[in-house]
Amino acid sequence: MGNLIDIFVRAIFVNNMVLAYFLGMCSFLALSKKVDTAFGLGMAVVFVLGITTPLNNIIFNALLKNGTLVEGVNLEFLTFLCFIAVIASTVQLVEMVLDRFFPPLYNSLGIFLPLITVNCSILGGSLFMVERNYNFTESIAFGFGSGMGFFLAIIALAGIRTKLRYSNIPPGLRGLGITFILTGLMALGFQSFSSVSLLAP
Amino acid sequence: MPAINKIVLDPLSDNNPITVQMLGICSALAVTAQLPTAFTMSLAVTAVLCASNTIISLLRNHIPDKIRMIVEMVVIASLVIVVDQILKAYAFEISKQLSVFVGLIITNCIVMGRAEAFAMSHPPKEAFLDGLGNGLGYSAILIIVGFIRELLGFGTLAGLKILPESYPGNGLMVIAPGAFVVIGLLIWLQRTVTKKYEEV
Repeated sequence: MGNLIDIFVRAIFVNNMVLAYFLGMCSFLALSKKVDTAFGLGMAVVFVLGITTPLNNIIFNALLKNGTLVEGVNLEFLTFLCFIAVIASTVQLVEMVLDRFFPPLYNSLGIFLPLITVNCSILGGSLFMVERNYNFTESIAFGFGSGMGFFLAIIALAGIRTKLRYSNIPPGLRGLGITFILTGLMALGFQSFSSVSLLAP
Repeated sequence: MPAINKIVLDPLSDNNPITVQMLGICSALAVTAQLPTAFTMSLAVTAVLCASNTIISLLRNHIPDKIRMIVEMVVIASLVIVVDQILKAYAFEISKQLSVFVGLIITNCIVMGRAEAFAMSHPPKEAFLDGLGNGLGYSAILIIVGFIRELLGFGTLAGLKILPESYPGNGLMVIAPGAFVVIGLLIWLQRTVTKKYEEV
C-alpha cells in the first residue's frame, strides 16, 4: 500500500508529466489562457490517463510481452500501434458514456475529450508504465497520479497567465515566449520536490 | 519554382513549427540536453514527417473523411515503429537515452498537424517538400537548443571538451527548467528580429 501511495505522490510532484518530462506541452501551452478551459482539459486528462494506463498494462502483460501469447514470439514491436489504438478507442468510448450518463460533465469537457487522443502525456503515461515495469495496481496509481500532476500544473499556469494580462512585457516576449519562461520557473520550483520519497529508507 | 522554395524555406523561420506554430514542443525540450540525442531525434522526426506526408498525400483521395484521423494515426504509428526498430538495431545506446520519446513521435503534433493541414489537400511532391521543410525547421531549433544546453551544461559539444577544465558546468541547463528558459529566450530573439509580435 505504501508503495502505491509513493508512486501516486511521486507521479504528481517529482515525475510531473509536464514539468519534468515535457509531455502534453502543446495543449498545456495552447489551452492555459483561461482557468475554466484549463480546468476542463485537466479533468479530461485525469480521466483518460486513469483509464488507459491500467488498460494498456493489461494488454501489454497479457498479449504483447515477450513469449506470453505464443511461446518464443516477441510481439513487443506492436506496442505503439496497440497503445494508440487503445487510447483512441477509449477516448471515443469515454465520450459516449459521459454523453449518455453524465451530460453535465460531458458538456463541461466539451471539445477537449477528442483532443486528448493526440496529447503526448497519455501515450507517454503508458510507455513509462512499460519502461518501469509497473504491475496492474501500480499502473492505476501511476495513471491517476500523472493525471493529477498535469491538472495541477495547467491550473497553476492558467492562474499566473490571467494575472499577466496586467503586466508590461517586452513585445517580443509576449505570448509564447513569456509562457515558456514561466513554465521554466515553475519547473524549477517543482525540482525542489525531487528528493521526496514516502518509503522508509 | 519560387512556390517550392517557399514551401521548404517558410517553416525554417517565419512559420517555424516550434516557435511559431507551437507544435511538437514536448520532444523538443526533452531530448536536447545533449547534441547527439537532439541530432538523432531531428533525423527521426524529419524522416517520419517526409514519409507520412507523402503516404497520406498519395492516399488522400481514398480516405473517407470521417475516419481520416485513425488512418493518419495508423500510417504514422507504423512509420514510427520502423524508425524505432532501425534505431534499436543500429544506434542502441542513443535509442536507450531517447527512451519513450521515439514512440512519442506518434503523438508529436507536427506530424499529425502537417498531415491534417497540408498533406490531405496537396499532391505528393509538395507534401513531401512540406514535410522536409517542417522537419528542417524542427531540427534547426532542436540543434540550436542542444548546442546551447550541452555547451553551458557540460562544457562539451557532442562529447568533446570545448570549455576549459575549470568550467564547472551549469546544472540548470541540464535539467528541465533550463530547456524552457532557453526556448523562451530563443522565441524572444526570433520575434525581435522578425518583428512579428503576438497580441495578448
